[in-house]
Amino acid sequence: MLHIVNKSPFEKDSFTSCMHHAAADSTVILIEDGVYAALKGSAVEGDLSKAKVVALSSDVAARGIEGNIADGVDLVDYAGFVDLVTDGNGVQSWV
Amino acid sequence: MKISVQINEGPYQHQSSDSAYNFVKAALDKGHDIVRVFFYHDGVNNGTRLASPPQDDRNVQQRWSDLSKEHNLDLVICVAAAQRRGIVDDGEAERNGKDATNIMDGFHISGLGQLIEAAVESDRLVVFGD
Amino acid sequence: MAGEIKQFLYVNRKAPYGTVYALESLEVVLIGAAFDQDVRLLFMDDGVFQIKKDQNTEASGLKNFSPTYNALGDYDVNKIYVSKESLDERGLTQDDLMPLVYEDEDDDWAEKSSIKIVSADEIRDLMEGSDVVLSF
Repeated sequence: MLHIVNKSPFEKDSFTSCMHHAAADSTVILIEDGVYAALKGSAVEGDLSKAKVVALSSDVAARGIEGNIADGVDLVDYAGFVDLVTDGNGVQSWV
Repeated sequence: MKISVQINEGPYQHQSSDSAYNFVKAALDKGHDIVRVFFYHDGVNNGTRLASPPQDDRNVQQRWSDLSKEHNLDLVICVAAAQRRGIVDDGEAERNGKDATNIMDGFHISGLGQLIEAAVESDRLVVFGD
Repeated sequence: MAGEIKQFLYVNRKAPYGTVYALESLEVVLIGAAFDQDVRLLFMDDGVFQIKKDQNTEASGLKNFSPTYNALGDYDVNKIYVSKESLDERGLTQDDLMPLVYEDEDDDWAEKSSIKIVSADEIRDLMEGSDVVLSF
C-alpha cells in the first residue's frame, strides 16, 4: 500500500502516526510540507527506516532542502508519484 | 488504470489543489483514465470564475478549467459543500433564490454520491487535502 | 458498478468543531451508506474526539452533529473501530465515548455495540484490507 503524508512532522502527528501504522512492506511518499520529515539529522529520522520512504522532488526543491535529505530517501517526480499509486495495491492519504 | 481524485482544500490557501493538478496532469501524460475530480470541503472554491489572482502567479481555477477542456475531465463540485460556501451555478441560483452565479466553465455541481460512485468505479482514489 | 462490492474505510483523524472535516465526512458516510458497499469507520488520533459523549454546543452557537453518529446503526454502518492507543494517549476509555449501537437482524434484532477498540496491528490490517480509503 502507498501512504501519502503532506504534513510537517514538527507541526502534526500525521507522519509519526503513519509510520507507526504502515506495514513494513509499504511505501510512504512525502509531499507538500511532508517532505520536512525526510531531513537528515532530524528528531524523526529514526522513523524513516520503518517503511520505504520517498519524497516528491518538486516539493523538496521548492523548500530548498535537496541538500538536507536523509540517506535512503529517494526523490521521485510526479510521474514517479503516479507509478507508485498505480503499482501498489491501494493508496491512503494521511491528511 | 482508472483513477479518481478528491480535493479538500481551496486554491492559494493550501497546496493541495496544486498537488492534485500536477498529479492529474502526470497521470494523463502516462495514459491513465481520470474518471472524476471531486471537489469537497473548501475545495469547492477551486470552481469560482470570479477570482483575479496577480499576473505573476498561477491561476489555479483557470488551470483546472483549461485542463478539463483539453482532456474532457469530469470536474464535480459537491453541492452540500458548495451551498455552504456560495459556489453557485444556474440551477442552484434558481433553487436557492440567489441573484448571481460564479461557477467556472468546466465545473459542475452535483451530489456526494458522485464521490462514492467514483471510488467504486475507479481502481484508485487519491485524496489531496489538509 | 452493478454487483461490485468494495471495502470502504473512512479514516477520521481530526477533532470536531475546530475544523469542518468531521461534520462533512459524516455526510459522506451517510450518503455512501446508500451504495451497498462494505463500510468501516476508523477513529484514530484526534478523530476519537468526534465520538466523545456529552458534546454540548449550545453556548458556542456551533451545530452539534454528534447525535448523527447514533443514527449510523440505522444506516447499516455498524463496524466502527477506535484506536486504543489514541484513547490511551488522551486519557480516555470507551466509557468516554457515545454508546454507538445497532440492531442485529441475524440475532432477533438484539441491540449490540458497533464499537470495537483496536490495536495498531489491527489498524494496519484494516488499512491493508481496504479497497478504498477515504481520509478526512
